[in-house]
Amino acid sequence: MRETTSILPLSAEDLSFEAGGKLLVSQLRFAIQRGGLTALLGPNGSGKSLTLRLCHGLIRPSAGRVAWGAEKGVLAGVKRHAMVFQKPVMLRRSARANIVHALAAAGVARAERQERAVAALARFGLDALSENPARLLSGGEQQRLAIARAWSLRPELLFLDEPCSQLDPGATRQIEEMLAALKAEGVTLVMATHDMAQARRIADRVLFLHRGRLVEDSPAASFFTAPASAEARAFIAGELLW
Amino acid sequence: MDVSAAFSAAIDLIIGLDPGFLGIVRLSLGVTLSAVLIAAIIGLPLGALLALSRFPGRGGVIVFVNAMMGLPPVVAGLVIFLLLSRSGPIGFLGLLFSPSAMVLAQAVLVLPIIVAITRQLTENLHGEYREHLASVGLTGFRAIPTLLWDGRFALATAILAGFGRASAEVGAVLIVGGNIAGYTRTMTTAIALETSKGDLPLALGLGLVLILLTLVINAVTYGASRAGARFAG
Repeated sequence: MRETTSILPLSAEDLSFEAGGKLLVSQLRFAIQRGGLTALLGPNGSGKSLTLRLCHGLIRPSAGRVAWGAEKGVLAGVKRHAMVFQKPVMLRRSARANIVHALAAAGVARAERQERAVAALARFGLDALSENPARLLSGGEQQRLAIARAWSLRPELLFLDEPCSQLDPGATRQIEEMLAALKAEGVTLVMATHDMAQARRIADRVLFLHRGRLVEDSPAASFFTAPASAEARAFIAGELLW
Repeated sequence: MDVSAAFSAAIDLIIGLDPGFLGIVRLSLGVTLSAVLIAAIIGLPLGALLALSRFPGRGGVIVFVNAMMGLPPVVAGLVIFLLLSRSGPIGFLGLLFSPSAMVLAQAVLVLPIIVAITRQLTENLHGEYREHLASVGLTGFRAIPTLLWDGRFALATAILAGFGRASAEVGAVLIVGGNIAGYTRTMTTAIALETSKGDLPLALGLGLVLILLTLVINAVTYGASRAGARFAG
């Protein structure tokens, strides 16, 4: 038997999600290979966030399934995919304690938690804020902490749900630099965004969603210069699309 | 004896640390603290379980618990009296008219407060934390320790509210304790008795201690909410 060394590829196999009689995500088929940043691009309500949640296992698909290179994205008993939310969820504790908590929840040995938390804070320039209550940090600092917290879990694949949508341009740039650094480190990134300019800046590949359907799956360069679908062309042109 | 003379006699009791007087204060605090401790040990996890579980009739349970916050102490006393009386289901324990009976009655009074407030707080907090906790592997009841810890300052307020209710009530301890001098006579039952007997200094002295206690509880509550605000953002 071949030894499994990666949770990737991640494959969405006819993934559908239905709520209240409405099909919100419809028969998605795509695969995420190792490396790079894949943008799930689309207007509000296109099913980007739901797709991330389905892949991360926060919600169950109504039909289809998410297949991993290793069962459920768990390798040697450790879940190797993490998620960062649009509005960072900050526990009512210090910045460091937020990371320690996530490590404890993930089953990291007590002795190792502090060390890894300190390393994660230092890695993303948050060491000075280590003992500050996390919820009193600025929006940008909170999102950086959320990413540092996710990074401390050593994920192979990181899901990000509109991580910059509530941030100012300066904080957005810091987050984008963090993501570029993670990518360079070999972390595979899948990010939902409706911000076309951001996708153009940092994405390697675009999955374009519209009304719960995968309309286009292209390398970023060709998506923006020569979109294949009418919907993507309308979206890029800024025409109202819903 | 006029009121001002009674008042200065009351102050003498407090300052002079009169042994009989101190005994009553000590018993009262002992009973109430034990009751609150028991109610907290049961009520915090129970409230959190109620917040996170979904079952048929859950709404009814929540309404019942909330309603029990307003349970009249004399009714709680009556129920515990019936349970502990010689012909009652746990009468064989011989607890009636003992401090243990008073602890039990007050725990019954405090429990709904702690369960109801814990349920509400935990549910709100869980709404906010749920996805992150699930993401790091804390699904279902495994989220409870995190939620209780992060709600610690607000929960402290719930426990103090329970302490306030128990220390001020007279009906329950009177019925199940019997107001026996030196054994089950608490501050509130002593005030009721001494006032009707005309021993105003003791009643006033105990009244002052109760007011002081209320002030302390509220000061601590205020401190807890201030400390909580530091983390809540």
